[in-house]
Amino acid sequence: MTKTKRIASAATLAAALSFGITSLANAADTIKVGILHSLSGTMAISETTLKDTMLMLIDEQNKKGGLLGKQLEAVVVDPASNWPLFAEKARELIEKDKVAAVFGCWTSVSRKSVLPVFEELNGLLFYPVQYEGEESSKNVFYTGAAPNQQAIPAVDYLMDDLGVKRWVLAGTDYVYPRTTNKILEAYLKAKGVADEDIMINYTPFGHSDWQSIVSDIKKFGSAGKKTAVVSTINGDANVPFYKELGNQGISSEDIPVVAFSVGEEELSGIDTKPLVGHLAAWNYFMSVDTPENETFIDSWHSFIKDDKRVTNDPMEAHYIGFNLWVQAVEKAGSTDTDKVIEAIIGLETPNLTGGKAVMLKNHHITKPVLIGEIQDDGQFAVVWETEKEVPGDAWSDFLPGSKDIIADWTPPISCGNYNTVTKKCSGQNY
Amino acid sequence: MPTRLLRSPLSALRLWLLIALTLCAFAQAALAGSAEFEQGIELIKTNKYDQVEEGVTLVASSRDPRAVGLLAALQDSDLYLRKADGRLFIATRSDAGYDLIDPLTQAAAGVAGQRDLKRIRINNRLRSQLRTAVATLNLTHPDAVVRLTAVNEMLDRLDADSLALLRDLAGEEKNAQVREGMTAAIALADLEAEEPARRIEALDQLEGNLHPAVQGGIQRLLSQEQDAEVRAAAEHVLEAIQFKRDLYGFAETLFFGLSLGSVLVLAAIGLAITFGVMGVINMAHGELIMLGAYTAYIVQQLMPGHIGLALFLAIPAAFLVSGAVGILIERGVIRFLYGRPLETLLATFGISLILQQLVRTLISPQNVPVANPDWMSGSWQINSVLSLTMNRMYIIAFCLIVFTALYLVMRKTSLGLQVRAVSQNRAMARAMGVRSARVDALTFGLGSGIAGVAGVALSQLTNVGPNLGQAYIIDSFMVVVFGGVGNLWGTLVAGMSLGVVNKILEPWAGAVLAKILVLIFIILFIQKRPRGLFPQKGRAAEG
Repeated sequence: MTKTKRIASAATLAAALSFGITSLANAADTIKVGILHSLSGTMAISETTLKDTMLMLIDEQNKKGGLLGKQLEAVVVDPASNWPLFAEKARELIEKDKVAAVFGCWTSVSRKSVLPVFEELNGLLFYPVQYEGEESSKNVFYTGAAPNQQAIPAVDYLMDDLGVKRWVLAGTDYVYPRTTNKILEAYLKAKGVADEDIMINYTPFGHSDWQSIVSDIKKFGSAGKKTAVVSTINGDANVPFYKELGNQGISSEDIPVVAFSVGEEELSGIDTKPLVGHLAAWNYFMSVDTPENETFIDSWHSFIKDDKRVTNDPMEAHYIGFNLWVQAVEKAGSTDTDKVIEAIIGLETPNLTGGKAVMLKNHHITKPVLIGEIQDDGQFAVVWETEKEVPGDAWSDFLPGSKDIIADWTPPISCGNYNTVTKKCSGQNY
Repeated sequence: MPTRLLRSPLSALRLWLLIALTLCAFAQAALAGSAEFEQGIELIKTNKYDQVEEGVTLVASSRDPRAVGLLAALQDSDLYLRKADGRLFIATRSDAGYDLIDPLTQAAAGVAGQRDLKRIRINNRLRSQLRTAVATLNLTHPDAVVRLTAVNEMLDRLDADSLALLRDLAGEEKNAQVREGMTAAIALADLEAEEPARRIEALDQLEGNLHPAVQGGIQRLLSQEQDAEVRAAAEHVLEAIQFKRDLYGFAETLFFGLSLGSVLVLAAIGLAITFGVMGVINMAHGELIMLGAYTAYIVQQLMPGHIGLALFLAIPAAFLVSGAVGILIERGVIRFLYGRPLETLLATFGISLILQQLVRTLISPQNVPVANPDWMSGSWQINSVLSLTMNRMYIIAFCLIVFTALYLVMRKTSLGLQVRAVSQNRAMARAMGVRSARVDALTFGLGSGIAGVAGVALSQLTNVGPNLGQAYIIDSFMVVVFGGVGNLWGTLVAGMSLGVVNKILEPWAGAVLAKILVLIFIILFIQKRPRGLFPQKGRAAEG
């Protein structure tokens, strides 16, 4: 008896612990926009900023007179870095709050978790983070980079401009690094890199003891060939990694590290001394000198009331995604999901680096690729960029399984997983 | 002597002529040098990568005495343009702003604010060029240590010019170590010589040299060598080098293991008190560590410019903060739950979430920067293969100090005696007049305070953020359970051995699998010896 009581009380307590923040939406005549970013838990470090960015964009749009004569209303929920909770909160946003579109998610696993919900309820998701590709859903718009818009050009840069011959592919152990490294490995081998010149290493989330891995990299790099590290190490595991590189005397000239997950936001919380000279590949840097970017940074500073806050790549992705959605709604004259999906393809909007972002048929966008060197003020100096925007490729051309597959959401194909050889749309929805 | 008288004006004239000519030639050379130097400076002023590169080449080849200072400043990103007049200055940050030094005259040139200056940007290509240039110029530096680093720098990137220079300098070099380095560099280049005899001679000279460039050079030689004799010699030398490298590699792994182990011990030792001695399952232990790390951050913020001192002050401060929070938790929650482990577990888990979110709301959800003092970064280079990183050595030492201090408190003070008495037999201790409630609070405070001190140490190694504690809570419990509950020695031995085992497994199993293997090992070990490495014996064990 007492035991059952104990367990019952434990369960009550657990329920109380997991009780999230639910926002109350009122039923005025507004267009609702859902924001699905973690405000607590591990991912809060990255996602809180995106929530604020969305609030700023919505606020600005309202000052311009709203959309279709109505005011926009932000509905903020907190999925608390808990992947199943993402799906629940997404369902809540679409079913209960009846939002017109959702802007959200960061990790691939959270996106995979909400994907069935958006497809089932026919919602709209704008996903702002670089990811591993191999996906294209009717209901999702990918405004971050696909591997061919970040990883592949970065490797090209290292190979052609720095003469790198030996490669360390280091990543955190989850889906994005594993898929990206699989693509990179296939790409490098296609370029004639031998097996023994590629070292692949995975570490757990938040890994902090890099001593032996960095020592291995050092040994790997002392074989007389120029070596570089391609890092898909995620989040805050990067700081101890770079610190260890610095402490073991590996400088950016010896073994440059090019990272796909280290941006201005990540650098703002740390001592950048050991990172100076290492590289990052993104589609936007805060240091890019264009009038659009200057306006964006100014409005961000005045919105967040802090001149020290930085801007970063996923923020630009939300900026582009939001503007494209606004244009599509205006063009369709309605927020109806199917009409917006139809209207948005082919629309274009200025990005913050002086070019244009076009929404493609595969629900990805065109992006320029920039390589920047980390400076000691936590900003990047651009050392290389693509001549023009690169169209995002949902299915990698370098993986045997997806070579012949394309995504095209316009008739007659209307499929996210279309095999150009067999001329068949796979049974999968994406 | 008339002849002499006659000759003397002539010879004097000759002498003068000679002197004048020599001086002239010198002056011309110097002029040509300084012209090159100044031209180089003009190019650097453009602040465009390719032109700066040309400028650096000019400055380096000018052999001007001012060149080293200028290039070293550029390498350290200390070279700035003054916006007002476009002049170039070496600037170092000071309290007033930036202290300027004119690179042409080497004279101080006042101060400037950050906004008046524009930094000369450099990229990796330039950095690499600068390193070679500075190393080449430093080969003639009066200080032998500088010369030695310069030679070692150059081993990786030898070209015809630098080799010619090294051959010139090697003969005159006084310092044995530097000469050895120079000979090694020349020998390395001789590996590509035409005559097999010279290649063998070069191999002899390289025997036992552990510099990575040497290994790479011999491997390159082996891949294309035809001559059997040279091959044999090369294989022999390479084998010897490989053996030594393996040996030092093992020493390095051991060091890595001990340093990981000391982190584990630091994180777990507070728990060894609260869980081990008191039997409280404190899920908020990680957050007490986190609070310690945040204390280090706050103390550092309060004392800008005194990073090292702030770190020392942070140790007692963190002990007090975490200790106070610990006592608060004990008095406020845990004391009502003694003897009910499930409830304690859940309640402290709740507290851990509250503390995390509190930090997120009050400070920031972002990680905060805790700076490392200079004496904690870098490494102690024993030879080309083995270098021990400074921060890890300090952590090992710090861990041992904390352990000793805690051990003495538990063994030699009356508080320690009371703690042990209460944990062994509460009723008897009360009967002897020990105020057990007060001892409980103090013990919990002590354990929590130590967790805070561990947080200060961790702030030097890893990120300080709201999630810091979660990364260590599992490991801490693992160490305490493995070591034997209620035994400080057990915690020390368990932490160190888990660290070493983890680091030995890591290279061939990978970081993820190594962790899993360690966990499985502990589970199996606990099956065999449920009371851990050092079980408590006697009557205390039954309590």
